[in-house]
Amino acid sequence: MSITRRGFVGSASVAAATLASGTAIAQKGKYDVGASDTEIKLGHTNPYSGPASAYGVIGKAIEAYWKMVNDKGGINGRKVTFISRDDGYSPPKTVEVVRQLVEQEKVLALFNTLGTPTNTAIHKYMNARKVPHLFLATGASKWGNPKEYPWTMGWQPDYHTEAVIYAKHMLEHVKDPKIAVLMQNDDYGKDYYEGLRDGLGKNVDKIVKHVTYEVTDPTVDSQVIQLKDSNANIFFNITTPKFAAQAIRKTAEIGWKPAHYLNNVSISVAAVMKPAGFENSQGIISAFYLKDSTDKQWDSSEDMKAWRAWMAKYNPGANPDDGGNIYAYAVAYTMHKTLEQCGNDLTRGNLMKQAASLKKLVVPMLLPNITVNTSATDFYPIQSVRLARFEGETWKLFGEVMSNEGA
Amino acid sequence: MTTASPADTAAHESVATPVSTSVTSGASDRWAWGLVAVGIIIPLLGYVVPDIVSDYRLFLMSTMMIYAIAVLGLNLLTGFNGQISLGHGAFYGVGAYTAAILMDKVGMPYWTLLPIVAVVCFVIGFLFGLPALRLEGIYLALATFALALAVPQMLKYRWLEDLTGGVQGIVLLKPEPPFGLPLSEDQWLYYYCLIVMVILYWAAANLLRGRSGRAMMAIRDHSMAASTMGIDVARYKTITFGISAAYTGVAGALSASAIAFVAPDSFGFFLSISLLIGLVVGGVASLAGSVIGGIFTVLVQNSSQSLSNFVKSDLGLPFDLSPYSVYGILLIVLMYVMPTGIAGGVAIAWRRLRR
Repeated sequence: MSITRRGFVGSASVAAATLASGTAIAQKGKYDVGASDTEIKLGHTNPYSGPASAYGVIGKAIEAYWKMVNDKGGINGRKVTFISRDDGYSPPKTVEVVRQLVEQEKVLALFNTLGTPTNTAIHKYMNARKVPHLFLATGASKWGNPKEYPWTMGWQPDYHTEAVIYAKHMLEHVKDPKIAVLMQNDDYGKDYYEGLRDGLGKNVDKIVKHVTYEVTDPTVDSQVIQLKDSNANIFFNITTPKFAAQAIRKTAEIGWKPAHYLNNVSISVAAVMKPAGFENSQGIISAFYLKDSTDKQWDSSEDMKAWRAWMAKYNPGANPDDGGNIYAYAVAYTMHKTLEQCGNDLTRGNLMKQAASLKKLVVPMLLPNITVNTSATDFYPIQSVRLARFEGETWKLFGEVMSNEGA
Repeated sequence: MTTASPADTAAHESVATPVSTSVTSGASDRWAWGLVAVGIIIPLLGYVVPDIVSDYRLFLMSTMMIYAIAVLGLNLLTGFNGQISLGHGAFYGVGAYTAAILMDKVGMPYWTLLPIVAVVCFVIGFLFGLPALRLEGIYLALATFALALAVPQMLKYRWLEDLTGGVQGIVLLKPEPPFGLPLSEDQWLYYYCLIVMVILYWAAANLLRGRSGRAMMAIRDHSMAASTMGIDVARYKTITFGISAAYTGVAGALSASAIAFVAPDSFGFFLSISLLIGLVVGGVASLAGSVIGGIFTVLVQNSSQSLSNFVKSDLGLPFDLSPYSVYGILLIVLMYVMPTGIAGGVAIAWRRLRR
C-alpha cells in the first residue's frame, strides 16, 4: 500500500499545478467552476485509440476550431481551453476520464463526447453533478429528455427523427406502400424502427416484414431474400456500412426493385455505394443535413470557402473528404454561439438555459434552410434533413427540407 | 518440456531470485497489515486536505484495487501455476455481467453478490480448465485468446439480450454506504474494495503458503516431477483455473458497482492484455507484485496521456506523441530495467543496498 500512497502523491503533485489557479478579485461576470474573466474550460472525450479510432478525426478538428476562435480573441474576450481525452470507446474508461475532467480539471461543461455506450455510462453522473453535457456525438434519441436529464443534450438529427421523415416520404410518394425492414439488432436499429412506426402512425400495418441481423453475422443475404418474398415495394435499410453494401448488392442480384430507403449512417460513397456497385445503387434515397465537401454545388458558398480556409490554416494534415471535419466544424460553431449567447453569465445553469434557447441559429456547413432550434422542452437541436437520391456516382439532393420540429 | 513461453522463463527467473518471499515470511506480514492500516486512514485525510484526497482520487484508487484483484487472479494461474491466459478479460466481463444481472433483474443488493459471482466464475473457469488441460503454453494462450474475443460477442447475442441488454448494456445504481455511515459514495466504494481486496489477498496468501500452494508451484516448475511426487496435476490445474477465474470475476463485479454501468464494449480484448501487462510489470509470482500491477495499469495509462499532452502542448515539440507510444516506451524501459517486474526489481535493489 505504500506504493499506492506514493503513486497517489505523485499524481497529486501533477494535478497540483492545475489547482493553483487563483480567483480573480474584481470579476466581470458570474461564474461557476471552469469559467473566469479570461478562460472557459471545456472537456471532451473521443476514441483516439481502439476499435472506433476513425472518429478521432472529430476531436482533432474541434481542437483546431477552438484554436481559430482563440486566435481571433476568444469568446467575449475569454479563451477556450479545450481538454480532450482518449477513452478508447470503452465505457469504464469514459467514466474515469470524465470524472477527471469534472472533478480534477474542473471544466465548465462537457462538449461533444462521442459514442452511445460511452455517453450512457456518464449520463446519470453528469445529471447528478449538474454539469452541462452538451451536443453529444451520437444519434440516439435518448439524449433529448429534459424532464429526467435536464443537463444532457444531443445535436445531430436523431435516428428517430430521421426515420419519421422517411415514413412521411413513403406515405406520400409510394402507392399502396408495403414496407419491408432490415434492421441491425441493437439500440441504434431499434431507434430507427420505432421512428418508422411513429411516423407511419395509424398506417403502421403497412410494415409487412421486419427482419433483423446481428453485427456478428457474416452476411445479410438470407434476410434480404426473406424480405423480397414478402412482396414488399419499399425496402427500409437500417444497416451499418458493411451490411448496407451487402444488402444493396443482394437486392439487385435477386432482381428485387423496391423503393429503397437507406439510413444516413451508411451514406458514404467510398464505403458503401462503390463496393455495392454504382449500377446497383441507383435511385436509393437517404437523408442529409450537412454539406458534402465533394459536392461541387457548394464550392462558391461562403461557409464552404470559410471552412476550406480554416482547414488549410488550422487543420492542414486532415483529409478534406472526411465528413468528420465538416461535422466537427458545425458542432463546434454551435457551441461557440451558445457560449457567446451566455454573455458574462457563465454559470452552468445559464449555459443550459442558453443551449435550450437557440432560435433559428444558422450554422455553417448545414444544408441551406436547416437551422438549430431548441427550447426548454425541445432538446433536439437539429430535426431537419433533406432527402437525396443516388444518381450516377454521387448523391443528388432533391425536394424541400423536411422536418420533425417539436416532436 | 514446455518451457518455451515467456511466462515460464519469468517463472524460472523468479525461482532463481525468489521475489515471493512475502508469501512466507512473518516480518512482511506485519508490513502488509501496516499498509492496510494506511489504506484505512487515507480517505479520512479527505476531511483535512480535501483538495488532495478528492473523491475522484479515491475513485481512482478503488479502480486500482479492483485491477489489483483481477491481476492477482491472473497471477495465481500464470505466476504460481504456470498456465498462460490471454483471456482473463472474459472472466472479468462474466463477473461484471453476473453482478449486473442479479442487481438489475433479480434486485439483489450489491453486497450479497460477490460470493455468487465467485461461484459462477469458479464453475465457468473450472469447466474451461478441463479442455485447457490438454493445451500447454502458447496453445492455452490461444484458446484463452479466443475466449476473450468471444465473450463480448456473446453478450450481444440475441437470445441473451433480455438478460444482458445487448449492446445497450445495463445501467446500475451506485452502492450506497450502509447503516447510514457518514461517508460519500466514493469513500464507501473505496472501503468496500479495500475490504474485499484484503480478504482475497489474505486468502491467496494462505492458499499459497500451504500444501496446495506448494503443489501449484511444483506443477509450474516441473509438472512431470510434480506428478511423480504424487500431485494430481490435472485436478490442481483445473481448480487453479477456477479459483483464478473467481478472483478475476469478483474484480469484474466490483467494477460493475464502481462504474454503475456494464456494456460489451467494456470487456474488449485490450482488457485481457492490460491485465497481463499489469501482471508482468508488477511481478510474476508475487502477491505484492499484483498490487503494483493493478496500480500500474490505472496510473500509467492515465499519466501516459498527461505526458503525451505535456509533450505536445507544453514542450511544443513538432511531433505528435500518442499516449500509447508513451505507454509502449515506458513498458520497454521497465522490462529492460526490471526484467522480473517492479516487485522483483525492488527486491533485488533492496538486497544490493543491504550488502
